[in-house]
Amino acid sequence: MTSDKKIRTVADLTGLKKLGEKSLCAEVPKVSIGTATCGLATGSADVYESFRQEVDSRGMEVIVARTGCIGYCQMEPIVSLRIPGKGGLLLKKMTARLVPPVLDALRGGEFPRQAVLCTLNGDSAMDGFPSQQELGFYRKQVKIALRNCGLIDPENLPEYVATTGYHALFKVITSMKPAAVISAIKQSGLRGRGGAGFPTGRKWEITFSQPSEEKFIVCNADEGDPGAYMDRSILEGDPHAVLEGMIIGAYAMGASQGFIYIRDEYPEAIRKFEKAAADAATYGLLGRDILGSGFNFTVKVVRGGGAFVCGEETALLASLNGLTGEPRQRPPFPAQKGLWGRPTNINNVETWANVPRIILDGPEKFSRLGTESSKGTKVFSLVGKVANTGLIEVPMGLTLREIIFDIGGGVAGNKRFKAVQTGGPSGGCLPEDLIDLPVDYEQLTSAGTIMGSGGMIVMDEQTCMVDVARYFLDFLKEESCGKCTPCREGIEQMLSILNAICEGRGNEKDLRLLEELAQTVRDFSLCGLGQTAPNPVLTTLRYFKDEYLSHIRGHKCPAGVCKALITFTIDPEACTGCAACLKMCPSGAISGEKKKVHVIDQTICIKCNACYEVCKFAAVQRI
Amino acid sequence: MDITLERLDEILLEHDYDQCALIAVLQQVQHEAGYLSAAVLVKLSERLGVPAARLQALSTFYKCFSLVPTGRHKVAVCMGTACHVRGGTQVLEALERELRIKSGRTTPDRRFTLESVRCLGCCSLAPVVRVGEKVYGSMDQRKVVRVLKEHQ
Repeated sequence: MTSDKKIRTVADLTGLKKLGEKSLCAEVPKVSIGTATCGLATGSADVYESFRQEVDSRGMEVIVARTGCIGYCQMEPIVSLRIPGKGGLLLKKMTARLVPPVLDALRGGEFPRQAVLCTLNGDSAMDGFPSQQELGFYRKQVKIALRNCGLIDPENLPEYVATTGYHALFKVITSMKPAAVISAIKQSGLRGRGGAGFPTGRKWEITFSQPSEEKFIVCNADEGDPGAYMDRSILEGDPHAVLEGMIIGAYAMGASQGFIYIRDEYPEAIRKFEKAAADAATYGLLGRDILGSGFNFTVKVVRGGGAFVCGEETALLASLNGLTGEPRQRPPFPAQKGLWGRPTNINNVETWANVPRIILDGPEKFSRLGTESSKGTKVFSLVGKVANTGLIEVPMGLTLREIIFDIGGGVAGNKRFKAVQTGGPSGGCLPEDLIDLPVDYEQLTSAGTIMGSGGMIVMDEQTCMVDVARYFLDFLKEESCGKCTPCREGIEQMLSILNAICEGRGNEKDLRLLEELAQTVRDFSLCGLGQTAPNPVLTTLRYFKDEYLSHIRGHKCPAGVCKALITFTIDPEACTGCAACLKMCPSGAISGEKKKVHVIDQTICIKCNACYEVCKFAAVQRI
Repeated sequence: MDITLERLDEILLEHDYDQCALIAVLQQVQHEAGYLSAAVLVKLSERLGVPAARLQALSTFYKCFSLVPTGRHKVAVCMGTACHVRGGTQVLEALERELRIKSGRTTPDRRFTLESVRCLGCCSLAPVVRVGEKVYGSMDQRKVVRVLKEHQ
């Protein structure tokens, strides 16, 4: 017997939408706590429990629910409040202690001002608080992929439907031919959001046109770029958006089986997606006879094993087959010959999440945003030494300055901006001179870096660019699968040169050698990992050569990072003799009487930085 | 072998003895036994008819596997880019000193296994450390030592 919950008609869908709207905009106040991984890391589970207990013990009619991450991770735990007839508020840095005053305010009192971030978008009835659009962090953002994150309960399918979720799938299945769907995606100008930026519609068309009875689609959720976490956030905050995109893609390309390959490090994302897929099957949106159309499609969730190279599509396919994740030569491309030799389309999480909106709003609306070659919006993780860290989504073409200074609020702690790193280990570091560069695929490539999956790591005067290049090579040496020689050996040799420079053993001839090696690795590696591995080295050599020379000629690390080239000393003028550093020093290198100047014994100091971190008077110096 | 033969067969049955599900099978064993012993790998090889070398290759290629028993609490220090520029290395070194083990090792009392990972995807809260399933943000050398005390 089929479940009576299954959606077949417009009336069914509208009914589900009404149900979701009731839950989303309830008749009683609703408190939604951000419990994505970043929220949980700042204690939102306690906040959630406190709200539940306090509401219970007071006998209040208030709904307590969970939601995803609304992007402003710096302000986590974030709680959104919706009060019928009055509007909505976002609360920041919530703690269990703030729960009772917030509930008091719901009964007519004042909201604790320090806890209010802003009013929710579109809700202007709450006077006296800034609106979301007034905050620099949100002003320039346009949300498509992140549209529901932090606003709906990701485990509540009707709420997703209330935001017109699954309406695109309904439209596609009831009124569009596969070719029309592909044409819409092509017209939108959507390009792959996982790294290389290949036009999505074109990819779909290639898979569609293969003469094969069986085809597969894959969602690449092996988000490996260190510094990027938008895919985790989308899967945790709005898994149905990704699932709906996949079902639409499967319909368009003629696939009946899909896979999602999720990183092992993302247990919460795996759980949320599995729940979403199970719920979608209950409502007849996944499985056999979807929406009563006769179209069948199922999705299998596969946990990654923790190997960066599996983000490369052919390595990912090998891993799906239960093999070690080693890439293979392309062509044939997966769209021609993928899983079990069948045409296989692979897109990443953010790409899939864009699909339903493109179908529903029409491709023109999407392509009106962005630049000539890069349409729509892109999600960036704005992290590192920036004041406002978080996930942002902006139209393509915004400048680095707008992103880092207008949205990010500039460099944290009044330090000087030095560089921004984009594109993960395949990308590069851009200097202050390029701060007005518009961010799109081509502009970033011409500057020597790539869009990648959207990590944007801000670096200040205390970040050593040679060390950053060394860091990425160290990462890639670990993650190279070892199949092809240029990547396996080349990266290792480049790393040994950089290690020597960071330890003060480098010479200027090494820089030439480094560039030669970089070219060899770039030109002769088998897959994207090796081909782009030299980018962090090449960009830092191009824009920050003086730092390399300081390390080589002067045996100095200007940023005070490379251990072999720095010494920790205490400025006798600034030292108050508070003994904080003495207590903190793990090696017993610091001595001094209370209220007298302290000194560091250089023969014992292990340069762990503990004294530097703990000193409140900036008396500890790294020279 | 810290997992019974009966349980091993159950796990294989859950995955239909499918060779494509080898990684998932190994993950399940790793999850239940805490590591992949040589005995388990040999048994799996016999049961599935795949060379033990292939299982060995998988269990050393993917980072989620360990060939030696691990501690009760896995302490994972994020070494993503954001964590690196905000002092993740110093947090790891502080843990190495506190636990008196190098990264990748387990304390003699089997309480903690220390490892570095790239990356946990909480870059906005860098530096980040995960103990078991719990993630801690904005760590420094002092805070991380206090975090250890929560886990006995």
